[in-house]
Amino acid sequence: MSDDLNIKKSSKIKTKSSSVSGGGTDIDYVRPAEIPEQDLYHGHSFITKWIFCQDAKVIGIQYTLTAVFTGVVGLILSWMMRMQLGFPELFPFLTAESYYQFVTMHGMIMVVYLLTALFLGGFGNYLIPLMVGARDMVFPYVNMLSYWMFFVAVVVLMASFFVPGGPTGSGWTLYPPQAILEGTPGSEYGILLMLISLSLFVIGFTMGGLNYVITILQARTRGMTLMRMPLTIWGIFTATVLALLAFPALLVSSIMMTLDKVLGTSFFMPTIIKAGELLSYDGGSPILFQHLFWFFGHPEVYIVALPAFGIVSDLISVHSRKNIFGYRMMVWAIVIIGALSFFVWAHHMYVSGMTPWFGFFFATTTLIIAVPTALKVYNWILTLWRGNIRLNTVMLFCLGFILTFVNGGITGIFLGNVVVDVPLSDTYFVIAHFHMVMGIAPLMVIFGAIYHWFPLITGRFLDEKLGKWHFWTTFLGAYSIYFPMHYLGFIGVPRRYFEMYDSPYVTSAVGMNEFISIAAFIVGAAQFIFFFNVVKSLRLGKRAEKNPWKANSLEWLTPSMPPEHGNFGEKLPVVHRWAYDYNVPGAKKDYITQTTPPSEVLGAEVEKT
Amino acid sequence: MTDPTLDKLPGGFKGMSSDIGSDQTTFKGVNWGKAMMWIFLLSDTFVFSCFLVAYMKVRASVTEPWPYPSEVFGLEVFGVPVPLLLIAIMTFVLITSSGTMALAVKYGYEKNRKMCGLFVLLTAIGGLTFVGMQAFEWSKLIFHDGVRPWGNPFGAEQFGAFFFMITGFHGTHVSIGVIFLFIFARKVFRGDFDTGKRGYFTTMKSDYVAIEILGLYWHFVDLVWVFIFAFFYLW
Repeated sequence: MSDDLNIKKSSKIKTKSSSVSGGGTDIDYVRPAEIPEQDLYHGHSFITKWIFCQDAKVIGIQYTLTAVFTGVVGLILSWMMRMQLGFPELFPFLTAESYYQFVTMHGMIMVVYLLTALFLGGFGNYLIPLMVGARDMVFPYVNMLSYWMFFVAVVVLMASFFVPGGPTGSGWTLYPPQAILEGTPGSEYGILLMLISLSLFVIGFTMGGLNYVITILQARTRGMTLMRMPLTIWGIFTATVLALLAFPALLVSSIMMTLDKVLGTSFFMPTIIKAGELLSYDGGSPILFQHLFWFFGHPEVYIVALPAFGIVSDLISVHSRKNIFGYRMMVWAIVIIGALSFFVWAHHMYVSGMTPWFGFFFATTTLIIAVPTALKVYNWILTLWRGNIRLNTVMLFCLGFILTFVNGGITGIFLGNVVVDVPLSDTYFVIAHFHMVMGIAPLMVIFGAIYHWFPLITGRFLDEKLGKWHFWTTFLGAYSIYFPMHYLGFIGVPRRYFEMYDSPYVTSAVGMNEFISIAAFIVGAAQFIFFFNVVKSLRLGKRAEKNPWKANSLEWLTPSMPPEHGNFGEKLPVVHRWAYDYNVPGAKKDYITQTTPPSEVLGAEVEKT
Repeated sequence: MTDPTLDKLPGGFKGMSSDIGSDQTTFKGVNWGKAMMWIFLLSDTFVFSCFLVAYMKVRASVTEPWPYPSEVFGLEVFGVPVPLLLIAIMTFVLITSSGTMALAVKYGYEKNRKMCGLFVLLTAIGGLTFVGMQAFEWSKLIFHDGVRPWGNPFGAEQFGAFFFMITGFHGTHVSIGVIFLFIFARKVFRGDFDTGKRGYFTTMKSDYVAIEILGLYWHFVDLVWVFIFAFFYLW
């Protein structure tokens, strides 16, 4: 290890050192390095620097751009759906088949290919090595493969738009038997490409996920204990562990359904009579697929939510200049939510005909999750309480997140109860609930995070004025879309219906559907303000000085901004504290960076971390 | 591990809490690759668990009778039907290859190039034998007994489907292991691990710890086989 200890023997104040073998009287002591310097491959051509790049930061940006591309496709699909629901028969190309295909692709793209890839692949890759003080991910080569596997998965998914029959239209849950039977759109090639794409995604993600976990567990810098890590890292870490344990169920169900389709096995296919004729399938279990799918599907919700929880905690703390309220509780809440998420999957299946005792069990576990989740919401609010809140775009998005998340969370408590869920099941209430809680809320965090870290990545700020326009249209618009949907659900409008035909819903819901559709068009278009802002600011944005938000965590403390390959120049940083020492009584500045040794802030009443 | 500071760490539960509470690494002295393999195997355990749980669920709920394993997997030796003969030999070979792998790891840590290479090679041959016998078993079931993924003459059609899928998935794991074992045998004999030669793809330095990492994978594949053996052949 190149850097030796910088020993200062100036103080008599005793602080509890985190070291195991150290101690003594020197308050700045940090254990020497255990692991040698990481061996890095430095790209030397355009291809190795920007395309097949092994630098986690470039890979993170590649992940982000690819995920955002799929997100734009998902957004356009949602426009098509809203066009049909609000103004049916206006466009003749919107048939029932294409509507189901758009629903399916919109759902799968947004949940897996946008949100999961963006939070873990994008933010995870960019932030993990920087925030834990590592030079790169521990296996840069595998990390590169991970991105390219994801890229291939996206190509395969997009290819399904161009095969005969088009993409699958079985709904994003891909329930058998209908997913692979004639009559469902894309039951020939679309469903196969979807299943192959999901399998590739899981393989690619596993390669990346192992990197994230091991980098966090085994490659932290000197002084960086687990309980000094920023909550962003805790969120991404726990979500990655969930993904590594939940994606296997998706992989297995994808493989089994592929075999049902290609080889004619009957894993999920019961005896079926079609047009008076007995199909060759016999004796399989469609419910088994639902169990496997939701054993993946429910943790998936938290794979999206936990990184958002972590990131928003950091953003709120930095932009209200206060330490995060109850850091340890926040960490434990993340871990407990993650663990519990494996025991609640069947609350998606209350109407599948399972035994009521199952419903009782899963309702109980589901409602228990509300406890650590509510704790997190209280802690965010208590962090804001009497803080020095800077009401910039980042903070606006954070506040927007808290509101939408509380809204979606409360409807979640409704739906977690069997007796309330059964009548509301498969109505627009469910659509409203999960779009609020895992659509809009994580998106708010993503936007906040991009406005926050854009200066780090590019050296320039995003435009604040455009950012505020972006926020207010997105926030108010999203409420205009999803708030009325709760009402639609209460009056019984079913989800996934191409149109309402002559049912009485038409008369009472038609105006509302038009309103929702117009709001959806506006919100979608508002995202292009954001894209314009990014492109414009890349060139003309206000230049950012180093550490522009006066934050404490390591990613802002690199010798150059944007950070170069290897992140920290000659010497790795040495960490002496958590990332939340803001406005500490007795300190000269309103923030104390993680690398500030105790001897430099003797009078300050810092937290012992 | 060579790091002298690690010897001073406390042991037992105290050691565990101090390791988790410490900086830099959570698993003290554990190589990155080794830690990665453990986490990967945990994830892979979930894959095989999902397969086996699905198998148990469907086997419990099908209405047609499940084929009788002793009959289906029996072999006729000199006119005498012997149940589970081939499987017993396959299992013996695979478990033995775990033994040779353990010896390869031992010699790897002693930096005994020749013995390490020899045992890696023996393990690879054991794995190859296993895959070969599995191919024989599959071809017997397919061509002789008429078992297909979509149906079989013995009973519930899911028998063939689950059997081919799960043993096929396991066999793929073994085959990947065999390929890597042959590559690593060559690397050991060539002396890559003594000279720290850089990898062709990853450009990282070779180290004998790679033998242990490969060994972890190999033992895992063996362990999975024990479960598959119990659930398919003995149930």
